[in-house]
Amino acid sequence: MSSANTVKHSDVIASTTTRARKLTAEEIKEIEHEMTLYPDKQAVGLEALKIVQKHQGWVSDESLLGIARYLDIPAADLESVATFFNLVYRHPVGKNVILFCNSVSCWIMGCEGIKDHIKDKLGIDFGETSVSGDFTLIPVPCLGDCDRAPVMMVGEDLHRNLTPEIIDKIVLDYQSN
Amino acid sequence: MVTKPLTKNIDMTRGPLAIAAYESADGYQSVQVIAGGMSPEAVLQLVRDSGLKGRGGAGFPTGLKWSFVPQGENSPAQKYLVVNADEMEPGTFKDRLLMEGDPHLLIEGMIIASYAIQASMAYLFLRGEYTASERALKKAIGEAYDKGLLGKNILGTGFNLDIVLHTSAGRYICGEETALLNALEGKRATPRAKPPFPQVSGLWGKPTIVNNVETICNLPGILTYGVDWYHGLTKGSDHGSKLFGVSGKVKTPGCWELPLGTPIRELLEDYAGGMRDGLQLKGFLPGGGSTDFMLPEHLDLHLDYAEIASVGSRLATGTMIILDNKTCPVGMVGNLMKFFAHESCGFCTPCRDGLPWVDEIFNEFESGRGNEKDLQILHEHVDYLGPGRTFCALAPGATAPLGSGLKYFAEDFQRHIDEKCCPYKH
Repeated sequence: MSSANTVKHSDVIASTTTRARKLTAEEIKEIEHEMTLYPDKQAVGLEALKIVQKHQGWVSDESLLGIARYLDIPAADLESVATFFNLVYRHPVGKNVILFCNSVSCWIMGCEGIKDHIKDKLGIDFGETSVSGDFTLIPVPCLGDCDRAPVMMVGEDLHRNLTPEIIDKIVLDYQSN
Repeated sequence: MVTKPLTKNIDMTRGPLAIAAYESADGYQSVQVIAGGMSPEAVLQLVRDSGLKGRGGAGFPTGLKWSFVPQGENSPAQKYLVVNADEMEPGTFKDRLLMEGDPHLLIEGMIIASYAIQASMAYLFLRGEYTASERALKKAIGEAYDKGLLGKNILGTGFNLDIVLHTSAGRYICGEETALLNALEGKRATPRAKPPFPQVSGLWGKPTIVNNVETICNLPGILTYGVDWYHGLTKGSDHGSKLFGVSGKVKTPGCWELPLGTPIRELLEDYAGGMRDGLQLKGFLPGGGSTDFMLPEHLDLHLDYAEIASVGSRLATGTMIILDNKTCPVGMVGNLMKFFAHESCGFCTPCRDGLPWVDEIFNEFESGRGNEKDLQILHEHVDYLGPGRTFCALAPGATAPLGSGLKYFAEDFQRHIDEKCCPYKH
């Protein structure tokens, strides 16, 4: 039984007028710019999700409803788009998102061993965030750098020819403190 | 004479050429040709005569594709060019090189293509993970606007063109051109029914051409140096040069621009340095994860669309994935099946339900629990998921390595059953 303080996902979607977060001035400015590039608001919806994520780190239900209300598009449509695209995060993520390539060339070059090393080092599997909140590990389709496999991205940076030693260094470079 | 029109300006030890240096290397000459009075029809004819085929995977003749766009007074005034820069085919790493290495070449090509089809608006659909490409393209697009090569009345021609750089939010299916159009429209990226084809009714219902990055990058050379020069580039029956890549356990993996018709052996041995010491070539996918395996006996064939097709595979993206004799072929195909199962858009049943089933069976083989019945189900899925059974080419693409893997590596599948484990791990 849900208490008065917990809100089921479907309730949030149903009550579009009460739960929406008011978008920030900066978010609105960027969304307005996108509106000059596309002929309708539906197209801007996906752009707005990316803008909000850039500022908030992820897209909460409240943010999603805020976008839907601002653009006057159906929240359910926007939700179906938000859950389709793997680079739109519908859960909070760590400070650094690791996009780990596990496609065929990286597999041949031993990415499974590298992934095991990350798992041991950070204590996280795919879809999980480290206790420190520094890293979230997500698999990603072929990153298109196959001649330097195995590869992964940390935030916007691409890291190539991965070895356990390189992973150790990357963790040191990106972690807090 | 220019022999490597796609990569002549690329040196990855430095940043890409800024616009002034690009212009001094014959850059934007093709736009001058247009400004000199060449009509859109003449540009289209030139591209048809060049014999250029799409470099994104399907190999469809570019000029023919453009000719399907309705023109004239009764056609919709708004037409669109969309560049497919959603490079995500497993083992494919060629468009990244072009965009990071020489972004102005792509922009110049986009001006030509847009002019030929009379599109005043072009969207560059870039995968979100290509952050370095995004930075390079943003800068180059800005420089092109400043020089009057984009915007209103380009070089006094009366032709207008705006380019919007759209960064996408993931999903392999966006590389399918109609799914890409849905993604651009802010919808779930499920493929659309064809017909109508995008050339007639595409982005927001308007005539739209979707071309791959490498295809577009072929255009400046064709206009600047001419069709005869272009025909001189090849060593085979298809025209032009092409980017070819090799990944896997070779000595020097990489990506090179070579004439079409180059022998596969030359790419693998001279450019990629041959197999690493102690390893032998067992097979290879010639053009990304959606192509059929080929074998060492095919090494003397040429990198040519028809010749690769003659042994049941496809040149496709031209980026080869090498299988060595110490890597498990069953594991390799299993990795691809997991990828395709994960990336199915979920719209049509054979793909949505069939691929996860196939993936699950590969997990059974990996853990030594695969049996004869499983093997039979895998064979059946080559048919169930094949061409004509599904809404788009994703699942048929998956059946390419699946079907050819079952055929060429039957002994390896059987050993997984008989030995109740992966023989490559024990």
